[in-house]
Amino acid sequence: MNITMTLILQAIAFAIFIFFTVKFVAPPLATAIETRRRQIADGLAEAEKGKASLVIAQKDADKIIAEAKAKAAEIVALAEKQRNSTIEASKSEAKAAGDREKAAAQAEIDQLSVKAKEELRDRVAELAVAGAQRILKREINPQVHSDLLGQLKAEL
Amino acid sequence: MAGAYESPSQFIEHHLTNLTVKTDPTGGFWTINVDSVITAVVLGLIGFGFLYSISRKVTQGVPGKAQAFFEVLYEFVDTQIKDVYSGDRKFIVSLGLCVFVWITLMNAMKFLPVEWLAQGFALVGIPYWKPVPTADLNTTLALSLSVIGLVIFFSFKAKGFGGYIHELFCTPFGSFPLLWPINFVFQLIELVAKPLSLALRLYGNMYAGEIIFLLIALLAGAGIGGVVFGALLHAGWAIFHILVVPLQAFIFMMLTAVYIAMAHEHH
Repeated sequence: MNITMTLILQAIAFAIFIFFTVKFVAPPLATAIETRRRQIADGLAEAEKGKASLVIAQKDADKIIAEAKAKAAEIVALAEKQRNSTIEASKSEAKAAGDREKAAAQAEIDQLSVKAKEELRDRVAELAVAGAQRILKREINPQVHSDLLGQLKAEL
Repeated sequence: MAGAYESPSQFIEHHLTNLTVKTDPTGGFWTINVDSVITAVVLGLIGFGFLYSISRKVTQGVPGKAQAFFEVLYEFVDTQIKDVYSGDRKFIVSLGLCVFVWITLMNAMKFLPVEWLAQGFALVGIPYWKPVPTADLNTTLALSLSVIGLVIFFSFKAKGFGGYIHELFCTPFGSFPLLWPINFVFQLIELVAKPLSLALRLYGNMYAGEIIFLLIALLAGAGIGGVVFGALLHAGWAIFHILVVPLQAFIFMMLTAVYIAMAHEHH
């Protein structure tokens, strides 16, 4: 095995291949790998941040929901109270109205019965007079005996 | 198959002989192992051409299968080098990638059946063709010397001219003037040992593996039983080399990275 010029040729070839690799083959790949690595790292960091903000948002949402629930309960209670008082008020109003109606009707009834009594009295008096006339078979002057008739009317 | 040769050793010798071209009538240093150079360059063109074609269509989004393959390769080299070197490692990773890919491809030539190649090239009138460039010491030395050249370059770059000269004379034992020569001798030994160990490790592994492949191929000369047994042995040895081939490339790459990382260290 002799050391020959082959060594120099191979060294030249080696140098060219090293130059080619360093200059053209490796850099694009290294850049791509590095960029992707950074992208992945950024993505992971973003995801981490997103997760954290999600937790915060969840907490906020929970708080808001709790507040809303409390408020809703308050409103419901208020509405309940309102309803009860309204019902009470309309009940008493209705009762008052009914009482009024009832009183009016009673008054009318009373009036009518008074009137009917008057009429009845008048008729009874007339009948009594007519009866008396027939019994006595003579005419009684109503003017003369008006006092007596009035007295009778009052007795009825 | 061995029948065409006078002896088994001749068969092995033939298959391990490079196709040479003498650029000078006296030969010697001015010979070129054409097979090593052509195989290495063609493999480099294929390998780096393939990677370049992927690299041109690279996307930051969801990678395709080819890009995923390249990314796995790159990340593999990157992870290994991250452990030994803490500075800006873009160049070292590229260099490591280049070394790993090229040496793996050259070593992978072992998987091609030895005798088919020899017979095939003989058919087209080429008498010798050694298929594995890394089983040629010239190739491995070229790689390791280039690496050491880079190491020295980075030593100067990281420490400055004075700094590196200072290191050559004042480490490992100290800056006392009487120690300068001893330090320098040690540094020189280190500078020689590094490329030699790199080159000889790869060369030795590949060359020995190749010899075993040839010995197994020789079994085919012993009749039908030898063919069957040889085929099984060859399959086993080739499966073992699925480990050896990338492992040797990996070792070369790692040592390259370690040496260059050491060049950046200050003492």
